[in-house]
Amino acid sequence: MQYLALIYANEAVEPPADLMPRYIAYTKEITEAGVTKGGQALQPISTATSIQMRGGERQVTDGPFAETKEQLGGYYLLECDSLDEAIKWAAKIPTAEWGTIEVRPIMTFDQ
Amino acid sequence: MSTNRELIRVFRNDHGRLLAALIAQFRDFDLAEEALQAAFAKATEVWPIKGRPDQPAAWLMTVAKRQALDRLRKSARQGSDAMRHTITMLSETEGDLEPEAIPDERLRLIFTCCHPALAEDAQIALTLRTLGGLSTVEIARAFLVSEPAIAKRLTRAKAKIRDAGIAYDIPEAPELPHRLPSVLSVIYLIYNESYSAFEGTTLTRADLAEEALHLAEITHRLLPLPETEGLLALLLLHDARRPARGDGKMIPLESQDRSLWNRDKIDRGRKHLVHALSQGQPGPYQLQAAISAVHCDAPDWEATDWTQIAGLYHALEDLTPSDVVTLNKAVALCHAGKLDIAEKLILRLADALVSYQPYYAARAELHRRLGQIGAARSDLYTAISLSRNDAEIVFLKERRAKLAN
Repeated sequence: MQYLALIYANEAVEPPADLMPRYIAYTKEITEAGVTKGGQALQPISTATSIQMRGGERQVTDGPFAETKEQLGGYYLLECDSLDEAIKWAAKIPTAEWGTIEVRPIMTFDQ
Repeated sequence: MSTNRELIRVFRNDHGRLLAALIAQFRDFDLAEEALQAAFAKATEVWPIKGRPDQPAAWLMTVAKRQALDRLRKSARQGSDAMRHTITMLSETEGDLEPEAIPDERLRLIFTCCHPALAEDAQIALTLRTLGGLSTVEIARAFLVSEPAIAKRLTRAKAKIRDAGIAYDIPEAPELPHRLPSVLSVIYLIYNESYSAFEGTTLTRADLAEEALHLAEITHRLLPLPETEGLLALLLLHDARRPARGDGKMIPLESQDRSLWNRDKIDRGRKHLVHALSQGQPGPYQLQAAISAVHCDAPDWEATDWTQIAGLYHALEDLTPSDVVTLNKAVALCHAGKLDIAEKLILRLADALVSYQPYYAARAELHRRLGQIGAARSDLYTAISLSRNDAEIVFLKERRAKLAN
């Protein structure tokens, strides 16, 4: 099964100084384990733009719809046998120590 | 011998085991449940006419498997080649079963039902439904929740198991410490529910208590670890005191008639506790069982070994710190005569436990021992106003009356 590990953290909280080397090490580990199908970090929420189509009209606004304590900052796509395996890898994402990782199964469609 | 009564007995005893084996084979909760229900329905028709089979569980398993295969075949007519292949494979193992040929897969089922990715109330409902064979009506009554709410909880939980890929497996050793606590906690909560008061229903509290004990026994038998045994010991020792708690009255430990305690359960609980502790890996359930065992050893409340109880609460506080555990430690220290330490702890907890009835009962005892009778009386008034249990109110009022003399 494929799972998306969504990485949430409060952008106002300064991450630890060794954030980058830890992410590089983690990415290396999951790549070598053959678990990852890719992942990306996102620019901060201040760069976000929201788009809606309403009655054929395009509405473009600055920022996200709702203010939340933690913001989406990146993701990994994981290939795992079970939720337990996905949880095990999600728990190792460095941000799990101060933010929240949400694990969602990828939906599959029959043809 | 009524075959109907026989069927109910088989249902309660074997439901979990049969269902666990069926899910292992068909990898489908709903299919397994429907097939087993159909098998029980068939038994109610056939057994009264042909008589009970020699091996009721094996009979039910065989019928349930055929039912499941029939259902799969029907849906496979529009299904894929892979599905038809699966059915062929499953059909090859079809045939009459010897009872010992039904593998005990209940541990897989317990771990699946109690997966921490499921909401706690869903874990409890699913465990009672699948392993205990309780109906949604019975579960709804036991938890004072409407039947549709329980049905919804069960449906949602089963959908998550399927869609989120929760494996039907016993976790591997490195995952076990993350997964075992929710299993033990569900069993403990089911037992605890048998404590809390609810109106008279068909499912009595004793039934829920028995169900929890049964689950603790299975879990320990299939996974003999110090903490699974600690939980079994704890439930046995708790349950030994049930006859003295009064029917629905919840008589507190202090005023229980100890001659009513079930000595057999105390002995069994103590045996398990000693064995669990001998392995040198203490855990919260072992420690709580040890506390319960010290109470069971005491001829009365005053003669309890309070110093030992305080020490055990201290160890429990190290493992699972909480205000309630600290309060219990303070109560034990107070009874052990260590009033100055008890006073410090109790004063420190004032804000955290501001609406917790036992806090005021404990502080009343401290004040009484310190000779501050006015403060003790005022604490008991607060405790009485916070209590929602009649037997407890009577008990607290008696304590207050004794202060006046």
